[in-house]
Amino acid sequence: MDFDLSDEQKQLVETVQSFVKKQSPLSRLRALREDPTGWSRDAWRQMGELGWISISLPESVGGLGGSFIDAALILEQLGTTLVPEPMIPTLTAAAAIVRAGTEEQATRLLAPALAGEGSLALAAAEAQSRFDVADVATKAERAGSGYRITGEKVWVLNGHAADTIVVSARTAGGPRDREGISLFAVDRNAPGLEVQPVKTMDSHHAGLLRFKGVEVGEEQRLGAEGGALAALEYAADLGAAAACAEGLGVINTALQMTVEYLKTREQFGVKIGSFQALQHRAVDMFIEAELCRSMMILAALKVADADEEERKTAISAAKVQLAWGGRQVTQQAIQLHGGVGVTDEHDIALYFKRMHVLNALFGDEDTHLTRYARSPLFTANVGA
Amino acid sequence: MDLSFSPEHLAFREEVRAFIASAMPPSLMTKAAADSHFEHDEVMEWHKILHRKGWVAPHWPAEVGGSSLDVTSRFILSEELELAGAPALSPFGLVMVGPLIIQFGTPEQKKRFLPRILSGEEVWCQGYSEPNAGSDLASLKTRAEDDGKGNFVVTGQKTWTTYAQYADWIFCLVRTDASAKKQSGISFLLIDLKTPGVTVKPFLTSGGTPAFSETFFEGAVVPKENLVGPLNGGWTLAKALLGHERTLIAAVGASIRAIRKVKRIAARTQKDGRPLLEDPLFRAKIARLEIKLRGLQMANYRAIAGAQLGRAPGPESSILKIRGSEIQQQCYELAMEAMGLASMSWFNEPGVVHPEEQWVPSLFNYLRATTIYGGTNEIQKNIIAKLILGIPDR
Repeated sequence: MDFDLSDEQKQLVETVQSFVKKQSPLSRLRALREDPTGWSRDAWRQMGELGWISISLPESVGGLGGSFIDAALILEQLGTTLVPEPMIPTLTAAAAIVRAGTEEQATRLLAPALAGEGSLALAAAEAQSRFDVADVATKAERAGSGYRITGEKVWVLNGHAADTIVVSARTAGGPRDREGISLFAVDRNAPGLEVQPVKTMDSHHAGLLRFKGVEVGEEQRLGAEGGALAALEYAADLGAAAACAEGLGVINTALQMTVEYLKTREQFGVKIGSFQALQHRAVDMFIEAELCRSMMILAALKVADADEEERKTAISAAKVQLAWGGRQVTQQAIQLHGGVGVTDEHDIALYFKRMHVLNALFGDEDTHLTRYARSPLFTANVGA
Repeated sequence: MDLSFSPEHLAFREEVRAFIASAMPPSLMTKAAADSHFEHDEVMEWHKILHRKGWVAPHWPAEVGGSSLDVTSRFILSEELELAGAPALSPFGLVMVGPLIIQFGTPEQKKRFLPRILSGEEVWCQGYSEPNAGSDLASLKTRAEDDGKGNFVVTGQKTWTTYAQYADWIFCLVRTDASAKKQSGISFLLIDLKTPGVTVKPFLTSGGTPAFSETFFEGAVVPKENLVGPLNGGWTLAKALLGHERTLIAAVGASIRAIRKVKRIAARTQKDGRPLLEDPLFRAKIARLEIKLRGLQMANYRAIAGAQLGRAPGPESSILKIRGSEIQQQCYELAMEAMGLASMSWFNEPGVVHPEEQWVPSLFNYLRATTIYGGTNEIQKNIIAKLILGIPDR
């Protein structure tokens, strides 16, 4: 066992810390709130140049070949000032492309995004699907030498701005069949693709994507026809692990802000931190934050596990812990800040919002609790 | 980063498993299977078996009879013993007073006491709390007065002197300077329980087991050579004790074992004509607890990896006692829930409830102690607020 960061990883963390402090304080998110894109092309390009987008992708497709831990360390720091650039959408879409597509496809499709010149989105969720990526009603029907895609995808992160969209569509089977799901890489300017930008609570943006007979070629299909679910599940799990990593930055920042407030705010002639009721709440927050760190490490280490059930149970356990810890810490953070915590002006409210979004993305508490409880591993090694 | 154990550690785990399977007498094995209460003689029988193997005090330095096992191996040993339901050895000599004698004792004290703790020849108990000194331990009143003839004369009452009725010696915090303020007038004294004037009164736990007792001192004469550390320096020793072997306090192995038991009970219990284990609501409850336990386990791994490198315990280790104790309780709350009406059972003859469920109601009661002993969880939170979060207490 070894949970220490390598020298390179320590250096990486320092670089990201310095970036968020100097170039991306929270005020940048506030400034971009009314911007139609919601993030900065310049900042994104810089992140690309620094190798942050490509860090955990295989070298064979143009990545730097690091482990997901490296990406998680970056995401954690980006979470501390709620950096709005589309890391999570790009990394999840890239995961689907790498897992499902050929090296040639992945290298070609990823190149602009890895350089920070373009960005990606994964269009999986539908109005009826909730968090089940196998619940796909969008259809891809054979048309000539390619396919025609018809359907609607909702709450597509970065769907409003992505250059390439990875979309899941049914080429065979019924609504929730595990077989018959295919993935396609679609250009944002493809005829028949309507993108309606929508706002999310955390000052980010997403897209409501209507595929009205979008024609795609055979070469845009990623992987075997009808066999994309495993790659899609992997991408969603990677997204969940990424949410755990960014969420850890959110949680620890909310905790720090709250502890600082307890040390400075005075009522009844004393620092409010001298009240045991509040001290114990702060410690409960700290306990959850430490558990979120422990489980984030587990998720980041297990996301690449070759054993699918090991991966799924670890990710689900971590995502459930994120839901518990994230909720507890950000809710209590607001409570301990008092009335100012409920104003738009105070930053703590922004951490509360982002935490909610991270909890909802890639499967909420109940979804992951259910998946964990249904795993064959749950009843293995129980004894006679 | 790497979550896996080294091949050496994996091999050691196998060695421990094989040893337990071959060395545990069948009578203990049967009791372990049901998580029964072990009688003192049975605990000492197991103590002697582990002593012969050299595993009774693996955390002691080799030169005083410990072992050369590293932190991770010690954790594995402890976890496997918990997973097997083996009798928990009396910690008062091995985990508490032993390490303090090693750290603060004179050469004579080491020679006199340590070998007999290891062999199990002498059994220890703890004399810290008093009826009016619980969480506020430093308000203790038991006094030890210099008789001018090389002795202390000890008068007072200690409570929660767990298993004193089976013990030979008690280590006590006593007041040696009544004029000094609270913590500064306290000394650490070893007292032979056979000393005239010392009386032990056992009482039952709420789990129905004869574990608790209180110990009375009425002018007990204790030679000064039994003082450990400096006169009036006992508080430092008491605090040093808190830092020992923190990675074992989480009881992860015991809780893994308990959750397996909950699943087995739920698998043989029917609800709506189906095993309770297939009931989504109950299953989700187990899953929640198991996920909590997994978080604790990961935090514990982080603490072990740090300790393995010789580092002082980090923030992650401070949560182990609080979370570990809560989870131990929750495991048995869930076991009781799984048992349904049978959870009302109380020490019935065989056949009334499943053998594996016989001791669940007792433990459900007794384990309420986990969030109280070793410093209540509220005291732990006070400490974390002050020392880790740096929140001033005034």
